[in-house]
Amino acid sequence: MESSSPVAAAAPAPAGAAPPTIVLEVFRYLPDSEDAPRYERFTVPYRHDWVVLDALNHIKDRLDESLAFRWSCRMGVCGSCGMMVNGAPVLTCGAFLRDYLPGPVRVEPLTHFPVSRDLIINMEDFIHKMEAARTWLIPKEPRRLEEGEYRQTPAQLAQYKQFTLCINCMCCYAACPVYGLDSTFVGPAALALGQRYNLDSRDGGQAERAEVLQSDHGVWHCTFVGDCSRACPKGVDPAGAIQMGKVQGTVEYMKALLLPGRRARAQG
Amino acid sequence: MARSNEPIVWSLFAAGGMVAALFLPVTVVLIGFAVPLGWLDAERLWEVVHHPLGRIFLFVLIALSLFHAGHRLRFTLVDMGLRGASHALAGLFYGAATLGSLLAAWLLLT
Repeated sequence: MESSSPVAAAAPAPAGAAPPTIVLEVFRYLPDSEDAPRYERFTVPYRHDWVVLDALNHIKDRLDESLAFRWSCRMGVCGSCGMMVNGAPVLTCGAFLRDYLPGPVRVEPLTHFPVSRDLIINMEDFIHKMEAARTWLIPKEPRRLEEGEYRQTPAQLAQYKQFTLCINCMCCYAACPVYGLDSTFVGPAALALGQRYNLDSRDGGQAERAEVLQSDHGVWHCTFVGDCSRACPKGVDPAGAIQMGKVQGTVEYMKALLLPGRRARAQG
Repeated sequence: MARSNEPIVWSLFAAGGMVAALFLPVTVVLIGFAVPLGWLDAERLWEVVHHPLGRIFLFVLIALSLFHAGHRLRFTLVDMGLRGASHALAGLFYGAATLGSLLAAWLLLT
């Protein structure tokens, strides 16, 4: 590029002029062999169209191959590359370096989770929460294959579609101060996905899910801070889903309290 | 996990938030500013307050606002580190809200 540009060649380049660069302060930690985490500074090329993940891949390819981080799709779909960038939980594939000028850019693992290595967190607790909230379809009525598919109208789909956009990136857990204070809280994504299936016309698992969703560690642990919805890179609004869960839970609770016939069913 | 009994206090909190947001500022302006500044005749406001609907309005406003405030204070303190005292705080704040509501009922509805 430089040799093909007569302007650049003619300009008296100052000695040692570096191309534009930006500094990344990267969290490094090997819990098995190191007592405490440290921050390592890397100077990487600055490109207008580079995201933080590009800079991390540059570090791993050219500067330090021992840096560990998760990533896969580079396009905000897989949910692997969620990290804290300058203290905020984001998908690093969508966090442009140009929004953090002049740097340095501090990159850390998602907060509120134990660190496995460098920027990789241990997501076991999150997996358990998803299992506990039964975030899958529990069919209202079993159907044989020859009976055909479960049919749904566009209006029924619209009831829950927004909440299907969750990519399990855990940015909402890193954003949630309630989860940060007490990790027994089921947390935003698992509650929103539980709500997603509760709202599905094909689903009949509401009572089963309520054991966790309507417990003291479920929707009732949430104090509606709303940072989960601000952090969500997919616009899912977990806080809204949790509030819907509170209203539905209250209606069910009052019905069970006031209509004796329903009590056994709701508590079963 | 057992189902939570939180819906009882949460529904009072939610209803209290709504009535407090909609009616508390108006009530404060009427009683705290409009009457002292002479924009509104105190005798007329007194008549409104003595009307059965006015009494019910004030009772609902006071009782639900107290439960709203109690719930909010409880969770503010829990989030500030008093998680272990959550049940004690619940007893204290909902108890105070219940006493305040009973006092309001006695003053307004008897």
